[in-house]
Amino acid sequence: MIELSDIHRDFQVGDQKVHALDGVSLTIGAGEYLSIMGPSGSGKSTLLNLIGLLDRPTSGVYRLDGQDVTALSDRQQAEVRNQRIGFVFQAFHLVPRLTAAENVELPLILAGVPPVQRGQRVEQALAAMSLSDRSRHKPEQLSGGQRQRVAIARATVMQPTVLMADEPTGNLDHKSGQDVVRILEQLSSNGITLIVVTHDGEIGRRARRQLHMLDGRLESDSGTGNA
Amino acid sequence: MALATRDIVRFGWGALRGYPARATLMLIAMAIGVGAVVVLTSLGEGARRYVSGEFASLGTNLVIVIPGRSETAGISPTTLMGETPRPLTLQDALALKRSYSVHRIAPLNIGSAKVNWQGRSRDVVILGSSSELLDLRHWSMAQGHFLPPVDLERAVPVAVIGKKIRDELFGARRAIGEWLRIGDRRFRVIGVLATAGRSMGTDVDEVVIIPVASAQQLFNTESLFRILVEASSRAAIGPVKQYAIDTLQERHQGKKDVTVITQDAVLATFDRILGALTYAVGGIAAISLAVAGILIMNVMLVAVSQRTAEIGLLKALGATPRQIVVLILAEAMLLSVLGAGTGLLLGELGSLLIRHLFPILPAYAPLWAVAMALLVALFAGLLFSLLPARRAARLDPVLALSGR
Repeated sequence: MIELSDIHRDFQVGDQKVHALDGVSLTIGAGEYLSIMGPSGSGKSTLLNLIGLLDRPTSGVYRLDGQDVTALSDRQQAEVRNQRIGFVFQAFHLVPRLTAAENVELPLILAGVPPVQRGQRVEQALAAMSLSDRSRHKPEQLSGGQRQRVAIARATVMQPTVLMADEPTGNLDHKSGQDVVRILEQLSSNGITLIVVTHDGEIGRRARRQLHMLDGRLESDSGTGNA
Repeated sequence: MALATRDIVRFGWGALRGYPARATLMLIAMAIGVGAVVVLTSLGEGARRYVSGEFASLGTNLVIVIPGRSETAGISPTTLMGETPRPLTLQDALALKRSYSVHRIAPLNIGSAKVNWQGRSRDVVILGSSSELLDLRHWSMAQGHFLPPVDLERAVPVAVIGKKIRDELFGARRAIGEWLRIGDRRFRVIGVLATAGRSMGTDVDEVVIIPVASAQQLFNTESLFRILVEASSRAAIGPVKQYAIDTLQERHQGKKDVTVITQDAVLATFDRILGALTYAVGGIAAISLAVAGILIMNVMLVAVSQRTAEIGLLKALGATPRQIVVLILAEAMLLSVLGAGTGLLLGELGSLLIRHLFPILPAYAPLWAVAMALLVALFAGLLFSLLPARRAARLDPVLALSGR
C-alpha cells in the first residue's frame, strides 16, 4: 500500500529551481499493476526514485504500508529497500565481475541471510527465470534478455511487496523485451505490486492502471484498476 | 543487518581481482613501505649487534675486583685509624670462582723487576696471573704456550714474554726454552705474546707474565693487585658483581673493603647510540608507509568513482551507509594486509641477503620494528580509505545509477 500526498521534489539547476515533482498525490493498492508514462523530463523517474526510497521529497508525506517512510533514517530506508522493494533498471546494473548467481545473492548478503539458505533461495530465483543453467555465467557471457532476467531474479529474491521497473525493456530487442514484460506480468499476477516507468506506449498500455505525467504533475490517471 | 565477515572478505577480494592493475600498484606501494622498514631496521640492529659483539670480544663481560673501598665522600673508620684495607688473596680469587655465572677468573699481581739474560737486562713490568688470563683478555700467542693451567698456589718457574722484550733481550735468537733471571729467580721462557697493543694501561709488548704464586714470592707479598672475573654472559654481569661484593664481604669479616667495577657502562652508551640509529632509520622508512597510505587513498578514491554504479546498485539493493563503508574499508584493509605481508616477506628476504653478503653483520629486524611496520601499514590503510569509504557511503544512488 503506497500513499503519496502532495509530494514536491525541487532540484537546483544552476540558479534556477526546477520542480521535478509539483504536488503529486497518489495511492497505489497492494498488488496493482501500474505504468507511469510521459516524455523525458516529465518527472516519472523522479517519482519512481521517491517511491523506491532512492530519493527524498522536498515536501509531502509518503506512507508505505501505513508507515511514514520519509521520516526514516538512511539506514532504516536501506532496510526497507532491502526487504520490501525490488528494482529493475534499464541498464540492468549487474556487477560485471560477479556471476549471475552471485549477483542474485547480493541482497541476501546485505540482509545477513546465512549462506546455507542463500544458495537455495538464489537457485529458486534463477529457476523461476529459467536461468538455472546460466548461474555460473558472468554478465558479459549472457544476452541482454538473460541479463535482465538475472536482474529480475535479483529484484525478487528477497520477495519484496513492490517491484519498480525503470524502462525495463529500453536496452532490449523487441522479442527479449516481450519476454521480460511477460515475466513481470507473471510476477504481478502472483500478487506483487508492479510499477513500470516507460515512454513506450505499447508496454505502458498493457498495465491495468496507467498514469501520464507532464511537467511534474499527474496529467491523467486511468483510475484504480481491479487490484 | 550485519554483514558476515566471510562475505565482506569475499566481496573485497572479488573487487580487488576485478581491477588487478590498481590492486597490484597499491600492493607494491605497501610492500615497499613495510619492506623498507624491515630491511633498514635490520641493518641498524645488525650494526648494534656487531658493535656489541666486538665489545664482547674485548672482554666485555669483565668484572674487576680492586682491593680497598674507593669512596668519593665520607671518612671510613679505616682511614681514621690509619689501617690499610685488608688485601685480596688467592683464596679470595678461588672463592669467586665458585659461582656458575663466573666463566673465568684471573688473579693479577703487578710489579717491576729487572730482567736479565746473558748480560742483557732491563726493567720490566711483571704480571703475575693464571692460565685463564690469555682467553679472558682475548690475547693470542706468537710462539710457544701461555702459562700452564696449574694450581694457582704453585709457583712454577715459567715466563711468557711480550714481543718487544723478546726483541730486546734475544734479538734474532730463539727465546723459547731459554732461562731468564727476573729479580733473584730464574724462569724458563715458554711463550711469546702476539702484539695486542695497550690493554688496561700496560703495553702488552713490554710485559713478562709469570704464574701468580711466583709473582707473590718474587715481590714478597700475599696480596693481589686485581682479580679479573669474566661473567658467563652480559646478563650475568650484575649478579656476578653482587656475588663478588657479597662473597668478599663475607670472607673479610663483614667489611666492604673491595671495589667492584664493570666495563659495561661503555657498551651501554654504544647500545643507546645504535639503538637510536635503528629508531631513526625505522622512522624514515615509516615515512614511505605514510606515502603508501596516501597512494591508497588516491587509488581508493579512483576506485569509488570507477565503481559509482556498483555502489549505487548496492544502495538500491538495501546496503546501509555503514555497510558501504565496511565494504570499502575491507577492500582497502585486505589490500593493506596483503601488501604488508608481501613487504614483510621482501624485507626478511632483504635482511637474509644482507646477512649472506656481509656475514659479520647480524642483520635481523627487531620484533618491535616488524610489529610497528605491520601496524602502521594497516592503520594507514584504514585511515586513508576512510575518506573514500565515506564518500562512497554518501553517494546519491539516483545519480550513481543514472551514470551521469
